[in-house]
Amino acid sequence: MLVFSSMALGLLAVDHLSDALDGVRSTLTVLVTPIVYVADYPSRSVEGAQEIFASRSDMREQLVRQEQEVLLLRAKTEKMAALTAENNRLRSLLGSAAKLQDNVLVAELIGVDPDPERLQVIIDKGTEAGVFVGQPLLDAEGLMGQVIETSLFTSRVLLISDDLHSVPVQVIRSNLRLIAQGAGASGLLELVHVPDTADIRVGDALVSSGLGNRFPVGYPVGTVNRVEHDPGKPFALVTAVPSASLAKSRHVLLVFTEEQMGRANAGQGAGQAEAAGGAHAQ
Amino acid sequence: MPMPVKAPARRKPLEAPMRSNGLWVIAVSFLLALVLSILALPQFVPPEVGYLRPHWVALVLIYWVIALPYRVGIAVAWVLGVILDVLLGSLLGQHAISLIIVAYLASSLYQRLRMFAIWQQSLVVFAIIGLNQLVNFWIESIAGTTQWSMWYLLPSVVSALIWPWVFLALRSVRRLFRVT
Repeated sequence: MLVFSSMALGLLAVDHLSDALDGVRSTLTVLVTPIVYVADYPSRSVEGAQEIFASRSDMREQLVRQEQEVLLLRAKTEKMAALTAENNRLRSLLGSAAKLQDNVLVAELIGVDPDPERLQVIIDKGTEAGVFVGQPLLDAEGLMGQVIETSLFTSRVLLISDDLHSVPVQVIRSNLRLIAQGAGASGLLELVHVPDTADIRVGDALVSSGLGNRFPVGYPVGTVNRVEHDPGKPFALVTAVPSASLAKSRHVLLVFTEEQMGRANAGQGAGQAEAAGGAHAQ
Repeated sequence: MPMPVKAPARRKPLEAPMRSNGLWVIAVSFLLALVLSILALPQFVPPEVGYLRPHWVALVLIYWVIALPYRVGIAVAWVLGVILDVLLGSLLGQHAISLIIVAYLASSLYQRLRMFAIWQQSLVVFAIIGLNQLVNFWIESIAGTTQWSMWYLLPSVVSALIWPWVFLALRSVRRLFRVT
């Protein structure tokens, strides 16, 4: 009893006060990965069954819709390439650095934290695919969160709506810079320290501002859904709904921005950088 | 020909020593409990249902400590706790310490618990798992990752309610496989 409880207490103290145990933890995570996959199996097979039982005409319809969407997106991408080139040319005229394209890697959700108060998910890509702590995660609609823990094959992601998470944002309409903090189990974001006189309205779109160098600039974060001015309080109460479907997205994107990659790899070997470069697609 | 005699003769010694058999049943039940404790809820269920999740690992641990106190004890609780910590991403040692407390209480009460009716056992399970939740909350609040809410004690109520079924299921499994 004494031996084991002091071992547990020792682990607690070391893990709380230092990050010496991170290696141990990521090794153990690799060992328990099968349990995570087994626990994910039911929801995965429910999805699979839905696909099997979908009718042929439904599938056809979906296919047609997706083909149209691909066409549309392709047209947009072409335009985007031209715009990026133009943007970079203008930037070089202004004498500022050219904006680099971000690379992404597609990952899949394999686990959700069972505690509803803690908004964390587990994805099926780890250090083997070049994932690093602090890496931003997106879904098709917007910013989802950032990687907080990596192991060889899986990583743990803190979602932007967790109350331990904050992301620097900017209101597109008025260029107002703010901090969006997670509001916990409600799944909303709370904008903190908004002056009563600030130019912000319901329906304003928020994008990541890139301050703090953690999240890349310009990814959609949320939409303001409530602005309340309480004369008794120093700041306005502003909340926003995240753009990303935090509770639903199963396929997510890991973003590799050039500057972040450089920073993450600075401490590690060059070989790992190469491996990361080879693993992710444009 | 004396040949046919050989086959059954070779089989027997494999089945004969029943003393340490069936330990894999314990391992499988713990694995199942670990899977159940991180099992993702389907998307159409509101996330608040997650508060109703019983503490599967502690329930199974209590059962085995009562049934086989000389096989399952504090060492097993420690290992399970560390695995749970890795699975849940909590501080390493947090669930280890709280499960050690569960195993310690169960092993010091096991003779009395065996005599109890199942509903009386449920009450004890409620108290033990409630204490376990409080210790977890205490550690998390020192680490600064949580805020107090009464939801914290809900798993102990649900665990106590589900205990009779866990108990009966595991007892029949133990008798079926003659785990000793």
